[in-house]
Amino acid sequence: MERNLMKGNEALAEAAIRAGCKCFFGYPITPQTELAAYMAKRMNKAGGVFLQAESEIAAINMVLGATSTGVRAMTSSSSPGISLKSEGISYIAGSDLPAVIINVQRGGPGLGGIQPSQADYWQATKGLGHGDFQLIVYAPASVQEMVDMVVKAFNKADEYRMPAMILADGLLGQMMEPVSFPEISDAQPDKSSWVANGHNNKREHHIINSLYIQAQDLEDKIKERFQRYEIIKQSETDAELYLTDDADILVCAFGATARVVKSAVNDARAQGLKVGMFRPKTLWPFPEKELNKAAASASKLLCVEMSMGQMIDDVKLAINCSKPVDFFGRTGGVIPTPAEVLDKIKAMGGNN
Amino acid sequence: MTTEILLAGFGGQGILFAGKILAYAGLMDNKELSWLPSYGPEMRGGTCNCSVCISDKPVGSPLVLTPDVLIAMNQPSFDKFIGSVRPGGKVFIDSTLVDSKSSRTDIECFYVPSSELAETQNLKGGSNIILLGKVIKETKLFSFETMKAAIEKVVPPKKAALIANNFKAIELGMNS
Repeated sequence: MERNLMKGNEALAEAAIRAGCKCFFGYPITPQTELAAYMAKRMNKAGGVFLQAESEIAAINMVLGATSTGVRAMTSSSSPGISLKSEGISYIAGSDLPAVIINVQRGGPGLGGIQPSQADYWQATKGLGHGDFQLIVYAPASVQEMVDMVVKAFNKADEYRMPAMILADGLLGQMMEPVSFPEISDAQPDKSSWVANGHNNKREHHIINSLYIQAQDLEDKIKERFQRYEIIKQSETDAELYLTDDADILVCAFGATARVVKSAVNDARAQGLKVGMFRPKTLWPFPEKELNKAAASASKLLCVEMSMGQMIDDVKLAINCSKPVDFFGRTGGVIPTPAEVLDKIKAMGGNN
Repeated sequence: MTTEILLAGFGGQGILFAGKILAYAGLMDNKELSWLPSYGPEMRGGTCNCSVCISDKPVGSPLVLTPDVLIAMNQPSFDKFIGSVRPGGKVFIDSTLVDSKSSRTDIECFYVPSSELAETQNLKGGSNIILLGKVIKETKLFSFETMKAAIEKVVPPKKAALIANNFKAIELGMNS
């Protein structure tokens, strides 16, 4: 397969087009802008719509409108812009609509900075908007995975009729790596039972709505949604286990940070330390079974993140706090170094 | 084996472009590689740097902190990064713009008056590529043929007339 060299942001856009995305609505923000720029250049030729909206809020509501008609629609932004989109994302979830949302994270809170960060983990996995709902959240760690996960996100969003997010960061968005595009099928499930694409007086009209005035109706709807979430928790988790079979210290990290950790784990192994890495590829659903398998031989865990510590909550919950979980993080746009992580591993005193 | 390369200079000197040529050379040779720019306001005339990793195995952290190869195209970059070069590493310096000499004995420094060479040889803006020529000569990281193929990939079609100049700049660097 031909290898191309692409920036993560560009690869996300190209993958979306190949996956049959016909509508992209966005608003520029560093470090995500190359994605929108690529869409501006390519989408029209690919028979789709690129539209730069007047704001992030407008863009996400355009996604809501487009996906209501059954086409594959996407928006992308970086942290502050995702916060603006959160209302619309809640409406999309409340209307049982598929959509793909990309967050190329930067430092926060507020306008924060423009350097890479992972401090939107809680936002993506616990509360991207008001109400009882989840998104499927994918965490790529390479440009190739960005491609693969965008395709998957579109498919799963359609399958479960819910929004899916790619939680990337500025480092992955800006870096170039070899990437190849496998044969991507843009075949989509039959949406004719619910889409609002014009009934021509030939069928009952379909209603896309997130308003349920009767409490019982709303509870029923949410419970139905959570039954779907249960299926997703059983069948959609994914993780990479690296040198975990005999690991005494298990380091947990996702996304770009996992690359730094992998370098540190290799250095630790070269020094005879029994260290392994657990990398969730899905952040919601969190791969609890996979983590427990990875942690089987470990006496302690270490969570490394580009934040003050957010995924660590899910790590502790997944193992039921049965082992100590330590933390190392850099935040505000500072990228941890393999040497720092190795120092932390050594300070934890792993067995040889 | 992994070679970690750091290119640094002013915005506008073609730091990212030179890094791209190395990255594409890696692609041509079927290597694993990563290319990571500094981004943001730095790109507008401030200091600019670019990390390139070329490896036989998948690249871990793409951020180069202790380079095996440093290309320093201005004084601030030389001052900032010379101490971080890994022992045994090689440093390529535009000596037209950098006055200092390194006192380190555990690294090899090559002082190439690349800006001056570019000027006198009518290769305006080719200082970065001249340094790349010197890099491949001293490190054997890539062959001239690979570099030529990479240049053909990176130079946009609209500027194809500049390909020959870039070849010339590589040769100039190799013979400097």
